[in-house]
Amino acid sequence: MPRDSTQSPQTRLTPANSGFSGTTGNAWYGLFPLVAGLAMATALQFILPGAAGPYYSRIVIDAGIAIVLAVSLNIVNGMTGQFSIGHAGFMALGGYTAGILTHYGSMLLWGSAGRHGGFLGSGELLFAASCLAGGLISAVAGYVVGLPSLRLRGDYLAIVTLGFGEIMRVILQQTGRVIDDAEKFRSGGLSQLIPPPVGGAVGFDGLPKYTSLFWVYSLVTVTVVVAYRLKVSSPGRAMISVREDEIAAQAMGVDIARQKVMAFVIAAFFAGAAGGMFAHESGVIISPRDAGFQRSFDYVIMTVLGGRGSISGVLIAAAVLTALPEMLRDFEQYRLIVYALLLIMMMLVRPQGLFGIHEIWDLFAPFLRRQQKAAP
Amino acid sequence: MADLVQTLITALAIGSLYALIALGYTMVYGILKFINFAHSDIVVLGAWISYTLSSKLLPRLGLDPHNPVTPPPIWVAAVVLILSMIICGLIGFVIERLAYKPLRRAPRLNVLITAIGVSLLLQNLGQLNFMFGASPQKMPALLPGWEIATLTFSDGESARSVVINLVDTVIFATSATLMLLLQYLVFRTKLGTAMRAVSFNPDNAALLGIPVDRVVSFTFVLGSALAAAAGFLYVMKYPGMNQPAHTIWVLLGLKAFVAAVIGGIGNVRGAVLGGFVIAFVEQFGAFYISSNYRDVYVFALLIVILLVRPTGLLGSPLREKV
Amino acid sequence: MAKSLNARIHSMVWMAVISAVVGLSGCQQNGGDADEILIGHFGSLTGSEATFGKSTDNGIILAVEEINATGGIRGKKVRLITYDDKGEAREAGTAVTRLITKDQVVAVLGEVASGLSLAGAPVCQENGIPMISPSSTNPKVTQVGDMIFRVCFIDPFQGSVCAKFAREHEGLKAAKAAILTDQASPYSVGLQEEFEKAFVALGGTVVSKQTYQGGDQDFSAQLTAIRGEAPDILFVPGYYTDVGNIALQAEKLQLKVPMLGGDGWDSSKLGEIAGKAIDGCFYSNHYSHEDPNPRVQEFIRKYNEKHSQTPDGLAALGYDAARILFEAMKRTESLKGADLAAELSKTKDFDGVTGKISINEERNAVKPAVILQMKDGKPSYVSTIQP
Repeated sequence: MPRDSTQSPQTRLTPANSGFSGTTGNAWYGLFPLVAGLAMATALQFILPGAAGPYYSRIVIDAGIAIVLAVSLNIVNGMTGQFSIGHAGFMALGGYTAGILTHYGSMLLWGSAGRHGGFLGSGELLFAASCLAGGLISAVAGYVVGLPSLRLRGDYLAIVTLGFGEIMRVILQQTGRVIDDAEKFRSGGLSQLIPPPVGGAVGFDGLPKYTSLFWVYSLVTVTVVVAYRLKVSSPGRAMISVREDEIAAQAMGVDIARQKVMAFVIAAFFAGAAGGMFAHESGVIISPRDAGFQRSFDYVIMTVLGGRGSISGVLIAAAVLTALPEMLRDFEQYRLIVYALLLIMMMLVRPQGLFGIHEIWDLFAPFLRRQQKAAP
Repeated sequence: MADLVQTLITALAIGSLYALIALGYTMVYGILKFINFAHSDIVVLGAWISYTLSSKLLPRLGLDPHNPVTPPPIWVAAVVLILSMIICGLIGFVIERLAYKPLRRAPRLNVLITAIGVSLLLQNLGQLNFMFGASPQKMPALLPGWEIATLTFSDGESARSVVINLVDTVIFATSATLMLLLQYLVFRTKLGTAMRAVSFNPDNAALLGIPVDRVVSFTFVLGSALAAAAGFLYVMKYPGMNQPAHTIWVLLGLKAFVAAVIGGIGNVRGAVLGGFVIAFVEQFGAFYISSNYRDVYVFALLIVILLVRPTGLLGSPLREKV
Repeated sequence: MAKSLNARIHSMVWMAVISAVVGLSGCQQNGGDADEILIGHFGSLTGSEATFGKSTDNGIILAVEEINATGGIRGKKVRLITYDDKGEAREAGTAVTRLITKDQVVAVLGEVASGLSLAGAPVCQENGIPMISPSSTNPKVTQVGDMIFRVCFIDPFQGSVCAKFAREHEGLKAAKAAILTDQASPYSVGLQEEFEKAFVALGGTVVSKQTYQGGDQDFSAQLTAIRGEAPDILFVPGYYTDVGNIALQAEKLQLKVPMLGGDGWDSSKLGEIAGKAIDGCFYSNHYSHEDPNPRVQEFIRKYNEKHSQTPDGLAALGYDAARILFEAMKRTESLKGADLAAELSKTKDFDGVTGKISINEERNAVKPAVILQMKDGKPSYVSTIQP
C-alpha cells in the first residue's frame, strides 16, 4: 500500500545543520530562549497595547493562542505523523476546567467571581494555576484518546479524534447554568455541581478576564521551547522515526506505542492550557461550539500550511491565518470566499507547507554554518 | 409496538440516505486515500440545484410549486433528479481537475486541506444572495403525498397507526436501485475492474495501460452524482431546507463518513451496511434512551467498533509490507 | 541545491503575495468624518446563523436610510459599519473591539444570539460605548453593565406569557405540556426553562422533554416519543428554520397537538415551509403584521421595497433598535457614551414597529407581547398580554 510520498531524503535534522544547537552543555545556552521569550512577553504586555491599540493587541493575543494550539497539534500530526482532528476538544476541556477553577475558586477564596489583584497578583496566579490544571486534565484525556492510536492508524484515528471533539461538544451542552451568586455557591452543597454549572449552550460566561499578552506569550514561549527541545532530543527523534517508517522504527527498538501516546499527552496538555487562556480572554465566551470540528479544522490547516514538523513554519502559519480573516474584513461577505481561495492556492503552490520539514533558520543555514566555522 | 415500527421505518429511510452519501466517501477514499471533506457540500449542491430546478420548472408547467394539492406528474421528479445528478457530476469533475489533480503526488494531508478549502468555498459561495441565499427555503413537493400502507397496532387501551408514506418508499427504492447499479458497475464491468485496479495500486494500474486520471475523474463524477441523488431525496423527505452554509450539512457528511468508516472504508458494501447501522443507532438511541445525546451515540459506536475491529466491520485487515 | 533554492524563492513569492493582500486591506482607515456619525453592527453574516444576522442588518440599513433621508441627526449623516462574526464568540469580541477602538463608532448594535452578545457586551462596557441588542433574550446580557440595552423581551417574561396562554386560553386549557428544545441554542434553552417553571407554577405538568440540535432535519424520534405521552400542547421554543420541519413531521406522524412557540417563529418562511401543517398553532411575538398602526404597515412596505422580502421579527427588532438609538441621539447634544446611555435609558413609550417600548432600570425593554395564531400559513392576531 503506497503511503505518503514525502519521505524526502532531507530528514536529517542533526544539531549540526539546524541553526540552534544547544546540547553542548552550557546551561545558559539552554535557558536563553526561555528567558528571551519571557522578556518578550513582558515587553509586549507593557508596550503593545499603548503602541498599537486594543484591536491589534487582541489579534496578537488570538494569534498567540492559535500558535500554542497549532504548535502543540504539530507534535502529533507533524512530528509523530498521526492524524488528529479533534484538537479543539482538548482545548475546550482545558478551558472549561480552568474556568471552573477560577470562577468558583475565586468565589471560595475572595467571595466574588470578579478580577482579583493586579499584574502578577493573587488572581492572576490562580489563573495561571488553573490553566496548568486545565492542561493536566486535558493531558489525561489525551492519554485516553491516544490509546486507540495503538490499534488504529491514519484516517481511522482521525475520525476517532473527531468523534471525541463532537462528543465533548454535545456533553458540554448538557451542563447547568453558571452560578453567579458567591454566597449561594458557598452555602450550597456538592449537589449543585451536578450537572457541572458551566453554562450549557450559552457558554461559560462571567469568567474573570485574566488573559493578557504576558500570559499568552509566556505560554507560547514554553510551548515553542518544549516543542523544539523535543524535536532535537532523542524522544523527539523517536517520534519522527515513527512518522517516517513505523516498521523500521520498531526494528530499531523504538517503542511506537509509547511515542504515539506521549505525543498525544504533550499536545493535549498545551491545548488544554491554551483553552484556559481562551476562556479567560476578554470578549470571548467559551461555549460547547468551541469543541466542535470546525475549530479543530482551523488548527489542522495551520499545521499543514506550516509544514510537517516545522515549528517555526507552523508558528508563522498560525499567526498569519489568525490575522488573515481580520485583514480581509473589507471584503465583507466575500471574505471567507477569499480566505478559501487563498487556502486552496497556497496548497497548490506550496504543497509541502511554508518551510517543508525545515525551520525558518534552516533557510539561512549555509550562512550560519560558515560563521560557526569562522568563529573558532 | 407502533412506536417501534415507526422508528424502524424512519431508520430505514435515513439509513439509505446515509448509505448513498457514504458511497461517495468510500469510493474516493478507495482510490485516492483521502477524506473528501467537500463531499457533503456536493450533497448540499444537489439539494439546492433540485430546489432551483423545480421552482423554475413547475411554474413553466402551469403548476404552483408550493401547492401540495396539485402535485406535478411523476416524471418531473425523475427529470429533476437526473438533471441535478448530471450537474453535480460535472461540478465534481471540475473540482477534481482543478483542485485535486495537481496534488496527485503531494502528501494526502494537503489534499485534505484543499478539500476543506473547497468545502469552505462552496459553502460561502452558496450563501451569497445571487446564488442560493442564506435563508431556508421550501422544496416544492414533487411527489404526491400518497399513503402506501397504514398499519394499525392496538397497545392495550388505545390503537395507534403507523403510516408508510410514498416519500419513504421512494427514498428506499431509489437508493436501493442506485446501490445495485453501482454494485454491478464496480464488480461486473470493465470500468469497475479498472477502478478496483487503480484503488489497489495506481502505479501498477498505469503500467497495465489503465488511464488512471480518467478513472479517478470518473470516480468523482460517480460519487458526486450519488451525492446529488442523496441531496435530492433528502429534501424530498425534509422539505424545509437549511441554508447552504449551515453546519448541519457538514455534520450530515461527517455522519455519512462515519458510516463509511464503520463499514470499512474503501468497501462499497461496507458503506451501505454502515449507513444503516448508523441510522438505527441514532434513531433507536434518540427514541429509547434520550434525544439529548443523538450525535454521541453515533460517535461512541464508531469508537467502540474501531477498537474491536480497527478496519471496520467489512474492512479487510490492514497488512503492511516491509 | 538548485531545488532548495527554488523552494526558497517559492516561499518568498508566496509570502509576498500574502503580505500584499494583508497590506492592501489593512491600510484602509475608517476614521469618522466630521459631519458623519458612525454606528457599528456586529452580526453573523456568514455561517449557520447568517439568516438571522442578515435580517437584522437589513432592518438596521432601512432605519439608517430613513434617518439620512430626513436630514440625519442635527445635519450629520449616519454611517453604518457592519462586521461579520461568523457566529463565533471570539470573532464577536474582536469585531466589537475593532468597531470601538479602530473605527471609533459612537454606539454598537448587535447581536441576535445571547452567547455572542455576552461576548461583545463587556468590551462595550469597558470602553463606555452603549450597545443595544436587538434580540438577545437572555437576562444576563443587560446585567453586564449600564451601557448595555435591549429592545426585545427577556426569557422569563416570554416564558410566562406562553405558559399563561397555554394554561388559560379558551380552547386550549392545557394541563399536560410536552417541550421540544433546541439544545444548541441559548435562546431556546432559556425560554424552555422559564416556560417550564411558569407552566408548573400554574398547575400544569410537563410530560415529555425532548431536544434537538438547531438545523436537525429529522425529528421523528422525538415526536414519536411525544406522541406516546399524549400532551395537550407542544411547546417548541425554536427558530422558524426548524419549526417548519417539526410541524411537517408532526403532521406526518399524526401528532394532532397544537404547537406553541416564541418570537423565534416570526417569519413568512414559517408558513411557506410548513403550509397547512402549522395551521392552528400559536406563537408569542412583539407585534402583529395585521396591526393597522401606520408605523407597522409602512415598515413592512418599505422593507419589501428595499429588500424584496417580507420582514421577519429579527428585521423588525433591528429596525427598532436603530431607531431608538437615533431618537436618543436626537435628544442629546453630546454623543459621548455616558450621555448617550443616560439618554437611552430615558426611552419611554417609543412608538416602535415591535410595540410601544419603554426601557426600564434594568435596561430591558418593557412592552406587551402579542399572541398570534397561524391561519392559512399566515399569522393572525389572537390577544395582547401586558407585562
